[in-house]
Amino acid sequence: MHIIESGNVAAAIGVKLSRAQVIAAYPITPQTPLTEKLSEFVESGELEAEYIPVESEHSAMAVCIAASSAGARAFTATSANGLLYMVEQLNWAVGARLPVVMCVANRGIGAPWTVWNDQQDTISQRDVGWIQIYANDHQQIIDSVIKAFKLAQTVSVPVMVCYDGYLLSHTYMPFEQPEQKKVDAFLPAFAPKHFLDPENPGNFNTVTLPDIRPDVDGNMAPGYIEIRHNLQEDLRAALDTYVTIDNEFEKEFGRGGNPFIEEYRCDDAEFVAVCIGSLSYQLRDVVDIMRDDKVKIGVMGVQMYRPFPDQAIVGALAGKKCVIVFEKALSYGNQGALYADIKSALYSSEKKPRVHNYILGLGGREIKTQHLLDALAQSCTSPDTFGDSPRWIGLKL
Amino acid sequence: MEKATTILNLTEEEFVHPGNRACSGCGLSIVYRIGLKALGKDTVLVVPPSCLTVLQGLYPVASTKLPCVNVTFASTGAAATGVRAAMRALKKNNVNVVAWAGDGGTGDIGIQALSGACERGEDIIYICYDNEAYMNTGVQRSGTTPQGVLTTTTPIHGKLQEKKDVPSIIAAHKIGYVATASAAYPLDLYDKVKKATTISGPRYIHVHTPCPPGWNFDPRYTIKVGKLAVKTGLFDLYEIENGVFKLTGASHYLLGKTRLPVSEYFSTQGRFKSLDAEIVKKVQQQVDAKWATY
Repeated sequence: MHIIESGNVAAAIGVKLSRAQVIAAYPITPQTPLTEKLSEFVESGELEAEYIPVESEHSAMAVCIAASSAGARAFTATSANGLLYMVEQLNWAVGARLPVVMCVANRGIGAPWTVWNDQQDTISQRDVGWIQIYANDHQQIIDSVIKAFKLAQTVSVPVMVCYDGYLLSHTYMPFEQPEQKKVDAFLPAFAPKHFLDPENPGNFNTVTLPDIRPDVDGNMAPGYIEIRHNLQEDLRAALDTYVTIDNEFEKEFGRGGNPFIEEYRCDDAEFVAVCIGSLSYQLRDVVDIMRDDKVKIGVMGVQMYRPFPDQAIVGALAGKKCVIVFEKALSYGNQGALYADIKSALYSSEKKPRVHNYILGLGGREIKTQHLLDALAQSCTSPDTFGDSPRWIGLKL
Repeated sequence: MEKATTILNLTEEEFVHPGNRACSGCGLSIVYRIGLKALGKDTVLVVPPSCLTVLQGLYPVASTKLPCVNVTFASTGAAATGVRAAMRALKKNNVNVVAWAGDGGTGDIGIQALSGACERGEDIIYICYDNEAYMNTGVQRSGTTPQGVLTTTTPIHGKLQEKKDVPSIIAAHKIGYVATASAAYPLDLYDKVKKATTISGPRYIHVHTPCPPGWNFDPRYTIKVGKLAVKTGLFDLYEIENGVFKLTGASHYLLGKTRLPVSEYFSTQGRFKSLDAEIVKKVQQQVDAKWATY
């Protein structure tokens, strides 16, 4: 069924179709309409779930952590400072290996206060161990939410589904709403091996020593470092798992492809503009204009940022003349985080392209297509003289 | 009201293994052992960082025979909410969901999540064992440390401020059951926890819990010190059931009788050694004034 709804409502419908059992959330712009919709689904009986209107984001994630530990499918959503307020809990959820799913409507972070879009909130959380998926449009939002629940419970790692605040959260777009029975066939019930159970008591997240230690039967149990090593291994393996899940999704719903990157006119391209999120669609317009002027340029949107799909990215970018990375976030005191990651991935490649970095759109600064065109024209004209420092687009100093 | 439990009919079933990591003379180990007896097998525990985290053992060994989820310091009330929500969603209705936290974890860093859970009317039991400082990290002052107490962050003059009255704060949420208890009166504690299991909605029990190393007394005097806190009228055993306050047990017995002077309690513990006569006098007056209202 085709419907026209906001990005937040697309996410809410995805959560409903995924039959989340416990939902906890605290209001924050621009995420709020998503959880408002979910509370409506629960109150009206359309979704059989517990909706907990908690008193903070820290508690929202606490509810999800505890509910997931008890064996329920848990969901929350947030933005910006709300995400940062739950940072301790983000780390706890992943350390406890709980398949919580969370939507983040990306927003700039204070101080000073801003409610508008950039991606500093989620990019700043790239190292906590959550899987990060970024959607470019409403179809990808709803599909990603459903896939996220399956990925999370398959690999026992929480998943963030991120989309640009306002640009996607509050705009209306047509998309295909998956059928409930197909979602049920795609996404099995959450049935964890270990959960809080008086019939089979266990003590979860206990203090764990630096070294391995025998249990009461004499079997060696891992120390902290082994547990963390396993997380890293499982995250790397999650890349392949996500391909499998994406293929299954395509079989059921007819929508699929490369789940890591989305390429546009890249096949014969010498230059590739790279970004995360909805900006990739605006860059397509610029690429079309430049293609008319015979510039061989394409766009690559990065849809999974953690675990970092380095092979897919190197496969797409190695051998190009120049890669131009546009970012709505910054590793302050250094460079764009995606830019640094892409350079790192390309380091061992024999056919290294030049890589340029532009910072733009922070705190919702309007991104003008002319500015993108000027930036790309400059990078394509003189790819060798750019330097390693990011350049800022649209500054009015 | 059922008849009070006695040592003759207290259940022999144990849910805490012996030989755990509690200090000798630990008030919490009494409170925990007795509390779990009252809760019984069908219980899920939610525990933030505290001495209880240590008592429960180091992975992969645990000293508790009940399922337990360790959670972050500030999140206990919300985490208990989450366990209960999952139990409802999964239609497992005969389980006690019990948060068990220290006084700092309850009245300081955890008060927001606890207040939220009480306001929402979550169906949880919350037990605070109050040893009146951050003992697990080495005796730093907390909001619930009494005035004049020496701690490692009030090392010379003692704490300047008075003890935060956490049970009253929770009672202000108008929940159905608020009670206080003491490690020195385990059967009174047992009956209160037992009663809590028969009530739904938020239930809060605040347990005075002597701590030999933190309070600086010989471990053999845990019960004596705990009893003195009650007999001097400093810490009162009571219940507030549906808004109705009543003294219970040893505190009820004190009504109309002469209480021991508070100085007798202070003299049993090294933590009070910097108290001057002025403060002792003021505290005695406060206690007398409080008891005049009972």
